[in-house]
Amino acid sequence: MKININVDVHHLTRVEGHGNIKIQVKDGEIKEARWDIVETPRFFEVMFKNKHYTTIGILAARICGICSISHCLCSIRATENAFKVTIPETAAKLRLLAKHGETLQSHLLHVLFLAAPDFFNEPSVLPLIEKKPEVIAIAARLKGLSNRLCDTVAGRTTHPVAFQVGGVTMVPQKRHLLGLRDELKRSLDDLQIVADLFSSFTLPNFIRETEFVSLKGEKEYPFIGGSLISSDGVEQKEQDYRPMTNEYVDKNNTSKWSKLSRESYAVGALARFNNNAQLIHPKAAEVAAKLGLKPVCHNPFMNNVAQLVECVHVVHEAIRLIDELVESDPGETMAKVTPKAGEGVGAVEAPRGILFHHYKYDKTGRILKANCVVPTTQNNANIHHDMKSLVNKFGLTKEMTDEKLELLCSMLVRSYDPCISCSVH
Amino acid sequence: MKYLGIEPQKPKIAVFDFTGCEGCQLQLLNKEETLADFLSAVEIVCFREASSLCSDDYDIAIVEGAVSRNDEVKRLEKIRETAKVVVALGSCACFGGVNRLKNEFDLKAANKEVYGKDPKETINVRPVKDIIPVDIEIPGCPVSKAEVESLICHVVWDSPFQLPVYPVCVECKQRFTTCLFDIGQMCLGPITRAGCNAPCPAGGIGCWGCRGPAVEPNYKSFFAIVKEKGFSDIELKERLNFFGAFGEVNVS
Ligand code: SF4
Ligand code: SF4
Ligand code: SF4
Ligand SMILES: [Fe+2]
Repeated sequence: MKININVDVHHLTRVEGHGNIKIQVKDGEIKEARWDIVETPRFFEVMFKNKHYTTIGILAARICGICSISHCLCSIRATENAFKVTIPETAAKLRLLAKHGETLQSHLLHVLFLAAPDFFNEPSVLPLIEKKPEVIAIAARLKGLSNRLCDTVAGRTTHPVAFQVGGVTMVPQKRHLLGLRDELKRSLDDLQIVADLFSSFTLPNFIRETEFVSLKGEKEYPFIGGSLISSDGVEQKEQDYRPMTNEYVDKNNTSKWSKLSRESYAVGALARFNNNAQLIHPKAAEVAAKLGLKPVCHNPFMNNVAQLVECVHVVHEAIRLIDELVESDPGETMAKVTPKAGEGVGAVEAPRGILFHHYKYDKTGRILKANCVVPTTQNNANIHHDMKSLVNKFGLTKEMTDEKLELLCSMLVRSYDPCISCSVH
Repeated sequence: MKYLGIEPQKPKIAVFDFTGCEGCQLQLLNKEETLADFLSAVEIVCFREASSLCSDDYDIAIVEGAVSRNDEVKRLEKIRETAKVVVALGSCACFGGVNRLKNEFDLKAANKEVYGKDPKETINVRPVKDIIPVDIEIPGCPVSKAEVESLICHVVWDSPFQLPVYPVCVECKQRFTTCLFDIGQMCLGPITRAGCNAPCPAGGIGCWGCRGPAVEPNYKSFFAIVKEKGFSDIELKERLNFFGAFGEVNVS
């Protein structure tokens, strides 16, 4: 019997935004295996033009509802680099604390609400409310905490209001930070239970060697700014992101594609971990070891595990930051800002991977030209190439059905936690 | 008692996303303390971002995002045919949102700037109500989950539902935030509809009017104050224009 398979997923579910999977196997031969982004473009890079620097961070946040804190922080960093502004230490700490809240929030949403239903064989998290109430209670508790952390530090979780070029405009009260610290401590037990749950899942044993791109940590696991590194040995400065990302337009996609040393590369939790594992918190490293995550891991499904490992890391780091913040006097939180003509690049590790904003300003502080390179934009080509390899490895057997392959390919895409409207922007 | 033709029972709800950042949908999954109650009061039959199941049998369509491509026009028309109640969720759906800033540029040139010689289809951004009749609008960038919940209660139990008629200033004063005008910054709080609990003045960026005008705002005296405080017409226009929520209000 010759193998014939057709998978045609129009607007994949449980991912942010609109993407399609198309697979055709005819007489045992792969005719087509595609991942295409069909999201409507919003043209943010054009909308930025001629806007005043004080409004850019507010606008940039609207690129993405899930990682708005990352877009806002990346945007104001690009502007600060253009104007040569150094922000006060307390401001840097508060930004990083909000960033940790976002990483926790976004990873938990993905791991527990979007990816986990596949491992329980359910179409969504809704049936789990009755079938696995203890897991849902933990998920709600953890997500609630991460939202409260962002609300307290950024003023709002979706579309922050406390960050401006020059620093932060709101300092949370010490008693609120201490309350969060207690909750963060307690959440470590919940995270342990989630890790145990994940060790009971079987992830597909799929390996396709690829290149991983992320920030390069110097003393700490990296989140905001610094130099760039790839697992194939390429290194660049933050402002030289263009030769690192090499974006190009694909005719079937409204998202651009990227490549570096190979046909595609990957960004995200797995890339960060692969390139910076030695810097992750020891307790997070323990979870990684327990779940079988070792650098350099080339199984894209392990991105789910890397996200969980990072959750443990950011909770420990958030506790440390709160300790530092409550022990010292906040002092000044805004630096003086004087607009200058010139260019600046910001690089930030958003939950789904490295993000770049690049602005060129005129001397009055209005944007002449903008460019954004977004995590999922960089992942889309890699997902596309994984897809073919996945079909090749699992799809060409007699036991394979349209439904099974559809699920497997959907799970592959979901592992990357794609943020599609963000990738098109 | 019927409301817009619906019996008070578990309504079937479908959530759809158009051009936007999906941040409004995300609010539906927030407010963890009431999430389980919320989900038990309704039957969610289609919510692409959260579930693989989707049915064409629904009473309430919650629509997030603006329209910026022709296929979105067709999708909306089909939703209107099916749903008894169409809710526009968020500033993108209600006014076009920040996406509308694109309309100020020549679309051909914009396309060339981003995609070079492979342009992608795009049209001027429009709010949902420009395409199909909308029954209820919930503004906000993002929406407030509390408002979404009271809307659902309204549809299920016919409890009263009304967006606040007063401006953001009222909520801002309840939070004891220092007025931004007193420290030399602009704020649209006096003319913008409340309901968000004034997070932006508290955060220090001032209100940008994402929820649109309060009921009968006194534009004339507000614009006079803004000018008296030394802000230019351009600054004021840019702010009013940011979320596309103030239409063609004349600032002079
Ligand atoms: S209104 Fe704001 S939060 Fe909602 S979809 Fe539009 S941009 Fe996102
Ligand atoms: S800061 Fe804005 S919202 Fe608050 S009182 Fe002043 S004008 Fe009103
Ligand atoms: S303060 Fe103004 S801009 Fe901020 S959420 Fe409220 S209405 Fe929107
Ligand atoms: Fe871009």
